[in-house]
Amino acid sequence: MATATGIHHRTYRAELRLRHTKAEWARLAIIVVLLLVVPYLLNTYWLGIANSILIAVIGAVGLNILVGFTGQISLGQGGFLAVGAYTSAIASTRLGLPVPVAVIVAVFVTAGIGALFGLPALRLKGLYLAIATLASQEIIMFVVRRWGFLTEDKGYIEVPRFGFIERETFEIQWYWILLPITFLAVLMARNVFRSSLGRSFMAVRDQDIAAEAIGVNITRAKVTAFALSSGFVGLSGALSAYYTETVTWERFTLDVSVLYLAMIIVGGLGSIAGSVYGAIFMMLLPALLTELGDQVGDSIPFLSDQLPAIKNALFGAAIITFLLIEPRGLDRIWTRVKDYVRFWPFRY
Amino acid sequence: MLGRAYVHALNSSTVPEGQPALEISNIELRFGGVVALHDVGFTVTQGHIHAVIGPNGAGKSSLLNCVSGLYHPQVGKAILHTGDGGHHELTKLPPHRIARLGVARSFQNIELFSHLTVLENLMLGRHTHMKHGVLQSLLWFGPAQNQEISHRGIVEEVIDLLSLQAFRHKPVGSLAYGIQKRVELGRALVLQPSLLLLDEPMAGMNAEEKEDMARYVLDVHELAGVTVILIEHDMAVVMDISDRVSVLDFGRLIADGTPAEVKTNPAVVEAYLGAEEH
Ligand SMILES: Nc1ncnc2c1ncn2[C@@H]1O[C@H](COP(=O)(O)OP(=O)(O)OP(=O)(O)O)[C@@H](O)[C@H]1O
Ligand SMILES: [Mg+2]
Repeated sequence: MATATGIHHRTYRAELRLRHTKAEWARLAIIVVLLLVVPYLLNTYWLGIANSILIAVIGAVGLNILVGFTGQISLGQGGFLAVGAYTSAIASTRLGLPVPVAVIVAVFVTAGIGALFGLPALRLKGLYLAIATLASQEIIMFVVRRWGFLTEDKGYIEVPRFGFIERETFEIQWYWILLPITFLAVLMARNVFRSSLGRSFMAVRDQDIAAEAIGVNITRAKVTAFALSSGFVGLSGALSAYYTETVTWERFTLDVSVLYLAMIIVGGLGSIAGSVYGAIFMMLLPALLTELGDQVGDSIPFLSDQLPAIKNALFGAAIITFLLIEPRGLDRIWTRVKDYVRFWPFRY
Repeated sequence: MLGRAYVHALNSSTVPEGQPALEISNIELRFGGVVALHDVGFTVTQGHIHAVIGPNGAGKSSLLNCVSGLYHPQVGKAILHTGDGGHHELTKLPPHRIARLGVARSFQNIELFSHLTVLENLMLGRHTHMKHGVLQSLLWFGPAQNQEISHRGIVEEVIDLLSLQAFRHKPVGSLAYGIQKRVELGRALVLQPSLLLLDEPMAGMNAEEKEDMARYVLDVHELAGVTVILIEHDMAVVMDISDRVSVLDFGRLIADGTPAEVKTNPAVVEAYLGAEEH
């Protein structure tokens, strides 16, 4: 129950809900309505970017489970995305599995490989673990590049388009496929962190000795975190395989790992909402800068050949500015805005 | 005294009062050349507050770490008795298994989960009692959800017992030192310990806070009948609240007895005077 004096819960069950106040429900309703009308407002180009964001959100949430919530830094994101993409592509094109089954297989295979590559985390921390995960990234890259039989020696896998998807409505149809999947994935990640499992991850992050002393099996928690995180990443990779219709190793290099790390740092480590904001920010900003560049480039011609460099510099500058304003990321900025509005016109 | 009834028992040991609860025998712990503990052994009786005292560096924390599985002594063992006549050799188990046997502890330097709220820290104290699968957690279904609700009961009782209501939803990292010490006691208590290990719960507190903390420890002991091993430097507090005292000096047990016996023991007087001269 929300009153002028604050929120008063009548039962523990009520307190555990994700949303309590009318304002929170109203915000959710606005977001849902926006998400439902957005495809009719955007042109194909921007809808394509929206679809990339939806796929990236799942990957960012997965990485944040590992890095932000469990404190296990990983540079292997690109590799795990590749495992998801290659597994689902091979499962549906060569093994002939139905797409939903192939996606689920990809999720489990990536989770398993993630758990395997997570084993060094049982002995290593911080920078040392970062190097170990860098090694896993490179091992996976090596495998997908060199093991010719994965791609039948073509170097890439072509994934046929779903039968029901029309060329003219490609992006909008994909939007309706991706939106519910991403929504459910984000909701599931939220659920993990209001239950005992997710709390044990955060305990390992904050104080691993105390976590052991209260009965958390650290080995199990870390391996589970790697598996769960990789499961989300595998889902993201699998979806990208069908959406882009080709699977090539170039889309899963170390840059991708770094890009995803930047997403969750900008969005907010240890925050599910932050992973969403970060993915949106990092996917949208380059597109917006390109758009801006096109318009400026027309009026100031001598700048136009410098545009890509300027764009990259602006991209970096924007990230640094955000981090300087609020090191805890976009999620924290949003919380402060909400507090400001809530207490307006009173300033405590 | 306390004005409301608590429905959850905080003590989970079934060993009868007065029987041995924990037997520590000839423990030797070395770190390279440093001998932190040398042939240390004593018995902790069920229902006692058993103090372990000694000058700085005597090996008190190391001994507690051996009991809770964080350190592994080269020689000797710590045996935890259960009510049905069984026993567990703690020195052979990893820390999380020892916690599952009901051995709960606090740390000398607060080791809380600093980004989590008081409530989340205490719910983590229930970890050994909660069990659900990954899928249930993802779907917020079945035990994953129900346990969050059913385990709140005991957590709220401990919040009440330790007067932590005002801080329930505050991240512990932002709380005052004295409150954090209390949260750490609470996190150990919600485990429903069979044995409670407290490493200097009153260190760094002013007289008033110390008095509060001593009161809480006594409440826990009297109301709940929890067996406590207490490391403490403040002699007045130790003599006041403990049933039995073991004294360590340079890793050796130099005395073990009632507070009155220990106070007049020449070796103890020597160790403490010696310590004061430095
Ligand atoms: N992890 C460790 N590695 C190396 N030496 C250690 C370790 N832990 C403790 N020691 C050493 O063991 C000895 C006993 O330390 P311990 O912390 O148990 O003393 P203490 O009685 O708790 O002292 P204090 O009153 O200062 O807390 C010290 O000489 C200490 O340096
Ligand atoms: Mg100590």
